Amino acid sequence: MKQAMLLLMGVVFLFYSCGEPTSTAEKPTSKQSTQAQSSTEDNQTKKGQAYVPAVEGEQANALQVAMSLPDFSTLVAAIKAAEVENAVVNAGPLTIFAPLNSAFDKLPKGTVETLLKPENKGKLAFILTNHVAPANYPTKQLKKDAKKGRKLFMASGKYLTVENKPDGIYVGGTKILKSVKVSNGWIHVIDEVLVPAE
Amino acid sequence: MKQLINYFMVLAVIGFLASCNQAPTKKSTSSKSGALSGSVAERVYVAPGEHDSHYAFISGGFSGQLSVYGLPSGRLFRVVPVFSQDPEKGYGYNQETKPMLMTSHGFVPWGDSHHPDISQTNGTVDGRWVFINENNTPRIARVSLKTFETEEIIEIPNSAGNHSSSFVTENTEYVVAGTRFAVPFPQRDMSIKDMKGNFKGALTFLKVDPTTGHMSIAFQIKMPGFNYDLAHPGRGKSHGWFFFSTYNTEEANSLLEVNASQNDKDFIAAINWKKIEEYVANGGGKKVAAKYTHNLWHDNQHATTSTMEKEVLVVEPKDVPGAIFFLPTAKSPHGCDVDPSGEYIIGNGKLAAAMTVHSFSKLQKAIEDKAFDGEKYGIPVVKFEAVNYGVLENPGLGPLHTEFDTRGNAYTTFFISSEVVKWNIKDLKVIDRHPVYYSVGHLMIPGGNSQHPDDKYLVAMNKITKDRYLSTGPEVCQSAQLFDISGEKMELLLDFPTIGEPHYAAGIAADKIEPKTTKIYKLEENTHPYAVKSEAETKVERKGNEVHIYMSMIRSHFSPDNIEGVKVGDKVFFHVTNLEQDYDVPHGIAMIGANTSEMLIMPGRTATMIWEPKEVGVWPFYCTDFCSALHQEMQGYIRVSPRGSNTPLTFTLDGDVPGQDE
Repeated sequence: MKQAMLLLMGVVFLFYSCGEPTSTAEKPTSKQSTQAQSSTEDNQTKKGQAYVPAVEGEQANALQVAMSLPDFSTLVAAIKAAEVENAVVNAGPLTIFAPLNSAFDKLPKGTVETLLKPENKGKLAFILTNHVAPANYPTKQLKKDAKKGRKLFMASGKYLTVENKPDGIYVGGTKILKSVKVSNGWIHVIDEVLVPAE
Repeated sequence: MKQLINYFMVLAVIGFLASCNQAPTKKSTSSKSGALSGSVAERVYVAPGEHDSHYAFISGGFSGQLSVYGLPSGRLFRVVPVFSQDPEKGYGYNQETKPMLMTSHGFVPWGDSHHPDISQTNGTVDGRWVFINENNTPRIARVSLKTFETEEIIEIPNSAGNHSSSFVTENTEYVVAGTRFAVPFPQRDMSIKDMKGNFKGALTFLKVDPTTGHMSIAFQIKMPGFNYDLAHPGRGKSHGWFFFSTYNTEEANSLLEVNASQNDKDFIAAINWKKIEEYVANGGGKKVAAKYTHNLWHDNQHATTSTMEKEVLVVEPKDVPGAIFFLPTAKSPHGCDVDPSGEYIIGNGKLAAAMTVHSFSKLQKAIEDKAFDGEKYGIPVVKFEAVNYGVLENPGLGPLHTEFDTRGNAYTTFFISSEVVKWNIKDLKVIDRHPVYYSVGHLMIPGGNSQHPDDKYLVAMNKITKDRYLSTGPEVCQSAQLFDISGEKMELLLDFPTIGEPHYAAGIAADKIEPKTTKIYKLEENTHPYAVKSEAETKVERKGNEVHIYMSMIRSHFSPDNIEGVKVGDKVFFHVTNLEQDYDVPHGIAMIGANTSEMLIMPGRTATMIWEPKEVGVWPFYCTDFCSALHQEMQGYIRVSPRGSNTPLTFTLDGDVPGQDE
């Protein structure tokens, strides 16, 4: 538990490093108080940037886009279970390699269910952050990075390879199926879960 | 860890209790009052993440700006630059806003802002615009309450010390601007000692377009050369009238502190503007040559135009009989306030220590009966007894300003005795008095200049604070003090420091503004001539010695970010567009050696600054707003070659020309 909490704090801090340090301190407080205030699981009672109402004319952020697509329901469930909703709407910029539901289905049976358990929150957060680069990588940039042999630094602390192949761009050995511009960066759709080596 | 969690739990519980308490506390303030009403702190405490119930727009006085505070917390949210340059935002420094500070005297970088007033519809504050006057170089500004930016400034000709301004009528038909100093009208070379009878006082009525808010001078009334101090419009039954306090009816031109205090009574000038409007509509008045600027912000071009206007319509009081009257008022009145019903017109007798209460109904009867006591420069002086409802004698020392609640009470500030006094208008009886710290000027009740004051809070604005805060050397802040006035007794809740001089303020319930505020500027609506809509459009062009950089900013880089071929002696224009379409993601830009300020650019906005490189070298620029996790990486270089060098002009991002790197 202690390790998981620290990891989560670490992740949150990584994403929040451009904001005030109070962000990290405040998070548990608001979480606790919302639990006290309300038993109904309602987004409006939650606090943080993920719950700022959408603005007319504004682009949708990464979480809003993911939530609007049924193909990402497992990913969204994982983001919520790991409680990193506020991090994925952060100013970033963020590039998310977003696995489809079918990607999670490829994992050994029971893996997703296990990861979604509260005691595995830290592990889940670590896997999720391995899909997020704290950078702005449009397709054009990824192509160029592949050509120049650059690696992508991920929020997990690991590096991801990027390659140009005849049928498209590959990250971590899997093909980018589609790319979506979001207000705080990019979402690239993939059909594999990028599980870190350890 | 467990301990930490426990700690958070305790905090949460406290937070929960505090928020639960809020509702009953609010109610109890009306029944319980005075020092016994329990914790004052919890009535001004707005918990982290919660919002204030009211906006307060507090004048920055000699700062020239307008500050935006929340009530009841007293938290400062923003300082809107209006009449003074603001290097923090680039206002008055970048090419788009410099024209906003143009006047007939040229570019004026500073102003003295005084009386904010919120636009009204049907006698209620509507939260569309705040108008505010500038005293020194007479001007009126209009600030949008969607964008919280200055959208328009118009100069007032034939005026000096634009003080009895910028008060709006109850449907925002007009904003008025009255001159404090009498001056030659039009200006001419003459001896100061010939002032009497030769100087004039301009009372200017600016028409406000009901849709756009755009202002234009409808007419100027050429009044006798008194000092016009403050003003308020009639409302309800007296809608169609405007009332201006005067002093120095002696027309003294030197040592006014003695010579302007000779007359026992000065006047409140009552102006039937509906009548003058009708006269003007029928071709009345005379167009007179004048020189004044009209500066207007254009929303989609993101730029200001400054136009020099050449004439103004002048109305002589003698030409509109029955439209203007003088009401004798004790002595050198400062504030001139009208109660929510429109019946009572109150002169705050600065030197008389008396409150003169005139009656609008009596004024109508007096005019009908011609109950006049002679005239002054052809303007009838109404007999004091014929218009006066009563006088509140000795309420305190140095009465300045009065505001009202909805229960028939007036609240007056007393500068010399440093107090706010609550009194009943009908009974002319003092109900309560409360000291302030110290030497209070204006006071504000949200919706104060309207038929419907929102009368829970009162803000007193003090000129002197001496021992009230931690000392900061000889110059200390001025302050505002928040009172709860919902009970019989006024309760002091909070002290908070203000910017500049909190000359006057206007307040309004937050829900009238907050849902309508602009969050981003839409890129597709941006018609700035140098805007770029994508990185592919970014480029650099040379025109003689001018270099125009069409630059974009997005998390977390500029495009282009490497530029070569700039030479010493060039004039480099940074036309920078923030491509973000996300709320609260501004970017800034600063260039080493630029003799101007940074620019802070909101999402979807374009702004331009000029840099004239003087030294050969490679010079960096960077983002000044902590925009993102990679903010520190948001930078670029410009190579400056010697005069006459043939370094080719190139611009790149990551080694390629933007838009040509596929």
